[in-house]
Amino acid sequence: MPQAKDPVLRHPKDPSALLDIIRDVQAAAGHVSDQDIGRIAAHLKLAEAEVRGAVTFYHFFSLTPRGRSAVYLNDSITSRMAGRTAVARAFEEEAGCRFGEVSADGAIGLFPTSCIGMNDQEPSAIVDGVVFTALTPDKARALVRGLRAGTPARDLVAARGDGANQSDLVRSMVVNNIRRRGAVLFGAHETGAALRRAVSMTPKQVIDEVKRSGLLGRGGAGFPTGLKWEFCRREKAAQRYVVCNGDEGEPGTFKDRVILTELPRLLFEGLAVAGYAVGASTGILYLRSEYAYLRDHLEEVLAGLRRDGLLGPKAAGSASFDFDIVIKSGAGAYVCGEESALLESAEGKRGEPRDRPPFPVSVGYRDMPTTVNNIETLATAARILEEGAAWFKAMGTVQSAGTKLLSVSGDCSRPGVYEVEYGLTLADLLEMAGGTGAQAVQVGGPSGACVAPAGFGRRICFSDLATGGSVIVFGPGRDLFEVVGNFLEFFIEESCGWCVPCRAGNVLLRKKFEKIARGLASAEDLREIEEWGRLIKSTSRCGLGQTSPNPVLTTLKSFPELYQARLRKGAAHGSEFDLAAAVRDGCAAAGREPECKESLHD
Amino acid sequence: MTEIRFTVDGRPCLAKPGQTIVEAAKANGVYIPVLCHYEGLKPAGSCRICTVRVAGRYMAACTQPVTEGMAVENTAPDLEDMRKSLIEMLFVEGNHFCPACEKSGNCELQALGYRYRMLAPRFPYLWPVRTVDAGTPLVLLDRNRCVQCLRCVRGVRAKDGRKIFASVRRGPRVAIEIDHKLAAKLTEEEARRAMDLCPVGAILRKETGFVRPIGRRKFDHTPIGADVEKGIGR
Repeated sequence: MPQAKDPVLRHPKDPSALLDIIRDVQAAAGHVSDQDIGRIAAHLKLAEAEVRGAVTFYHFFSLTPRGRSAVYLNDSITSRMAGRTAVARAFEEEAGCRFGEVSADGAIGLFPTSCIGMNDQEPSAIVDGVVFTALTPDKARALVRGLRAGTPARDLVAARGDGANQSDLVRSMVVNNIRRRGAVLFGAHETGAALRRAVSMTPKQVIDEVKRSGLLGRGGAGFPTGLKWEFCRREKAAQRYVVCNGDEGEPGTFKDRVILTELPRLLFEGLAVAGYAVGASTGILYLRSEYAYLRDHLEEVLAGLRRDGLLGPKAAGSASFDFDIVIKSGAGAYVCGEESALLESAEGKRGEPRDRPPFPVSVGYRDMPTTVNNIETLATAARILEEGAAWFKAMGTVQSAGTKLLSVSGDCSRPGVYEVEYGLTLADLLEMAGGTGAQAVQVGGPSGACVAPAGFGRRICFSDLATGGSVIVFGPGRDLFEVVGNFLEFFIEESCGWCVPCRAGNVLLRKKFEKIARGLASAEDLREIEEWGRLIKSTSRCGLGQTSPNPVLTTLKSFPELYQARLRKGAAHGSEFDLAAAVRDGCAAAGREPECKESLHD
Repeated sequence: MTEIRFTVDGRPCLAKPGQTIVEAAKANGVYIPVLCHYEGLKPAGSCRICTVRVAGRYMAACTQPVTEGMAVENTAPDLEDMRKSLIEMLFVEGNHFCPACEKSGNCELQALGYRYRMLAPRFPYLWPVRTVDAGTPLVLLDRNRCVQCLRCVRGVRAKDGRKIFASVRRGPRVAIEIDHKLAAKLTEEEARRAMDLCPVGAILRKETGFVRPIGRRKFDHTPIGADVEKGIGR
């Protein structure tokens, strides 16, 4: 094989190329074989164990074959609510294998996967990189038949979605579902205006403008964007980087997908503004693997921006601002949305968070000062430069300026993205989305809070209901225990396993929760699960573990009666072991009555 | 270089700039329990047993640098109970059968269990199925006892700088893997060091055992941390 074509040799002999090589090998061979592990290790002078470590960290890489076509069916709660179980059964019947397996003929592999950012059009799946939405059992069967017959997945897309999804570079059936256009992100704007204004100012003036606007990070944590840029600029360094966090993985969020699809110029302009402000010459978009179908489209947009002189040497007509943007791909790991884990992954390693301090603004990508900002934050920053801080600050609330893009899904008649001003009540949002009468609303995804109707007067803003944008509506008939169980499972699946409380604690938390859900618990178990939850939150190393017990803790607070109803009445201690059930078969075989007739399950 | 003033449980202490809370506390004769921490290796903050509280916030003392005026809480009863919980978590997460372990008496996890007077863990045992790797000439890797402290990952390297131990998988299934090709070249001395780095009995030198009998081992008569606390009048 000529070197230029070889998936290993065509990459530089630099360990930071590790994930790119693995991705190419995985794509070419459907898995990374022992032989490939050896070749990659030799090429990069790494231990084979380390290469194996990187392959096995990411959900979309595998040491064993995943089938000629690999189906990744979304396992989020919203997918389940939309009929995932029947769809999954249809996939299994038609493929002839179970989820987690490859069919005997090697044609089809079936795998569950964490939220793929399509919550408003579930059940959805990624098949060989192509997204299939609104699946039904019939569509699932037809899909498997088509793949087995050798039809490429992209040719099985029946109809394309709206907007840029229709373009030949995307060719996707995904729909945008833009339900409400606000003044900031969806306001009329001119490409290049923000960046041209920025480069006409000094970097300090740009930072001051963003600081004056009161822009807080849109990913959920709400750190002041201007301050982050200022910290980074202040560091003495040969080089600085600006990184766009395109790894929205919180189940239920998909608003960044819509920005990437419809507003990529605005986003890239925001990244260039950030680059100018902090003094970087390279911007990186870290794109989650689930959105790889948008990559060609994004590359073409970048090429267009270069043609227009908005990227490249002397960008936007500046005297000396040389700036360009590269895209780096993830490979299936929610934890990479954590900024330091994202940087590890962008450097080609396992996406394990770093210890802080030092923070990325001082020691970031390749140990250089780095800002990491959310997609929506950067697009918003571009609009602030275009229209001015005062314009922006006039919207929203005093502490939460501007607008927020929300991803609304679940039991509502109009799921999709809503750009709303901060300060909107949950009740008003439910009215807009056609979700009135909800039993509960999950704000901020699993790591956020489960809000009961009594709290529907609460406001979407940083001082009340802070959210990265995920809003999931649960109608009256839903079992919240199933919801919480799904969320706990998600965190266990997505924990990196580095620290003890997150790695072991979340498994123990789920065990305790299952005991309660099965009706075997006493009041003592409720006290313990709360205490264990607090322990995990307090001692975990990164935001994942620090929020992973929230599904339990916030439902305990909002819906105590649901938990009380599951307790064994009057029991001081609830045994996890059901003696009567355990001996039932034996007693039946021996033809005698069990001595303890009362089953704990009854 | 100016010294930094801070307190641990109200006791005035001094630190050098850049020192972590664990290092500085130790220099002042204050013991903060650690498991994944190993002097000379880059801190990992993986076990979280050194968790302290500063101004109401929890942080790993092994990774957090001391800052001027910091008031560190180290022995508050609720904090000590959190640490005990983490130690118990490690016992239920793996398969630790102390009486049959070559490392008994030298094991830091066991010693912490004793120091924290652990009886039955409050958590249910998870009884994971874990594998043993005896496929290298000098070293036995028993994952049943591994606590994922990452000392071996951080501290054992081949002559060309490559890692010999690495983490594979993630979440509860994360595990340490030993690189067979590189481990085949380990010298006797390097294998010994790998075993000594390991705080538990997960990395053992093959073909030898119980050279020092139980009863005459490191923690058999002196609790873990006592060496640090010797400076304090109690």
